[in-house]
Amino acid sequence: MIYSSITDLCYLISTVFFIIGLKRLSSPKTATKGNALAATGMILGILTALFGALGGEPVNNYGVIAVALALGITIGLIAAKKVEMTAMPELVSLFNGFGGAGTLALAVVELVGYLSGVEVPFGVLLTVLSALFIGAVSFTGSLVAFGKLKGIWNEKLKLPYSAYINVLLLLIVVIAMVFYSINPSAISLGFVLGLIFLSLFYGFSFVSPIGGGDMPVVIAFLNSLTGIGAALAGIVYTNNVMLFGGILVGASGIILTVLMCNAMNRSLAQVLVGNFGGTSSSSSDDGDRVVKEVSMSDLAVQLKYAKKVLVVPGYGLAVAQAQHVCRELEVLLEDEGVEVKYAIHPVAGRMPGHMNVLLAESDVPYEKLLDLDDANKSLEGADVVLVIGANDVVNPAAKTDSGSPIYGMPILEVENAHQVVVFKRSMNPGYAGVQNELFFKDKTKMLFGDAKQSLSGLVKELAEV
Amino acid sequence: MDAIISWIGENILFIYLLIFAIYLGTEIIGKVPVVLHTPLMSGANAISGVVVIGGIILVRLTPSDDYFGLFIGFLGITFATINVAGGFAVTQRMLSMFNKKKKS
Repeated sequence: MIYSSITDLCYLISTVFFIIGLKRLSSPKTATKGNALAATGMILGILTALFGALGGEPVNNYGVIAVALALGITIGLIAAKKVEMTAMPELVSLFNGFGGAGTLALAVVELVGYLSGVEVPFGVLLTVLSALFIGAVSFTGSLVAFGKLKGIWNEKLKLPYSAYINVLLLLIVVIAMVFYSINPSAISLGFVLGLIFLSLFYGFSFVSPIGGGDMPVVIAFLNSLTGIGAALAGIVYTNNVMLFGGILVGASGIILTVLMCNAMNRSLAQVLVGNFGGTSSSSSDDGDRVVKEVSMSDLAVQLKYAKKVLVVPGYGLAVAQAQHVCRELEVLLEDEGVEVKYAIHPVAGRMPGHMNVLLAESDVPYEKLLDLDDANKSLEGADVVLVIGANDVVNPAAKTDSGSPIYGMPILEVENAHQVVVFKRSMNPGYAGVQNELFFKDKTKMLFGDAKQSLSGLVKELAEV
Repeated sequence: MDAIISWIGENILFIYLLIFAIYLGTEIIGKVPVVLHTPLMSGANAISGVVVIGGIILVRLTPSDDYFGLFIGFLGITFATINVAGGFAVTQRMLSMFNKKKKS
């Protein structure tokens, strides 16, 4: 009796740690502590599961558990340590997929147990089936999202009429789940396998038509799904940490998804059903238009005599690993008395807040990072704006061309500055697949090449001027 | 239909709790700044690996000769642990980058 009370108490403490941890994670000052707190809660939860009271007679199988834990911790920690900061969104997606797979595994074992004809209450069966479905969708969906961000997923690999097929698939799965929940005796191995297959397939067909630019939102959404899956598993196991931890993640994940959608001025329905970058608008005929190029030495001089320079960093800067050279340039210019600030678009990088992490990695002071509103105010008086590896976030089409897939997304209005210089690898369009009018404006000059090489060249020139 | 209604009747306290927990989850991160979106998502993601607890309970209760159950349970624990350990570690790494410059 006391044993099981202590077990429950430990789970309760663990849940409270999750709540406070999550709360602290959402404020810059307390975030590190919040993460540590949540991790402590998890360790306590795991220890309690290992040594606490169980609903039945324990067999323990500690050997199996120990190997599994050790393996998981090793793989997880190595992946977390090795990953480049630019690849963070992919990794989060991959981790999330593993969480989904965990839920899937639990549900499968539970269901196979029911095959032997145990009496199962209505609610429990529906919960297990839902957990299986959600776990499977989150697993394969996350893998597709990972592949898309990594660039190894073939974008052409999607079903025709995918929107209709997906609705149909979802209907079939839901009807089957409800039917078998009401008629538990009809459950067969064929049904279980069929449901697993359909659910896994749905994860693929659900995420594959969604454009790469929307992957952050999808990952946040799938993360929320994994939370819901964990909560469902918690109901099945009558385990409160899993239940409430899962709900917390599920609910906060949905909010985070909506916040991310807001940052891109898109609705969740648009992201999940709509097709980002699928159709290109009319303004793609730029065959005979020319852009102006700027030489590195000219730009160096211009920067040196500028009063205020704004940098608009984008994913291109991150992939080229140019954030450190960028910081060097900033320091050099500051020494010359030039005011340098960074204009950070909410979705710069591959995920909201991703660019802040990348710049923090190269020691850019926090005060130098301007958010969208401040940046747009600051842009009006800026002498030179350096757009480095960013494209869609400075595309005026978002304001002017209602046919453009990025129409309505708030942008950094770099045109308000006296001079815009775009660092770009080539004239290829950005992630959303649309050409950028900005490049052809009178104020705009282009500096072609790898962001890192261009910036180091610029640093050299500046030293000589 | 009767089954559903009686299920609701039997679990009404649980449904209350569920609603409060969902509300708590949405409120708790309501005012998060954009800077923290990525770390927060990653931290929340780590918490969703809490299914590892279910995996452990499952394996502890599985008869030692039920190789199928043990094997799937083993996979479940391993996968969920990757999610948990990797998730917290990567969040820590991201956050430490914000912190180091405060000191300098």
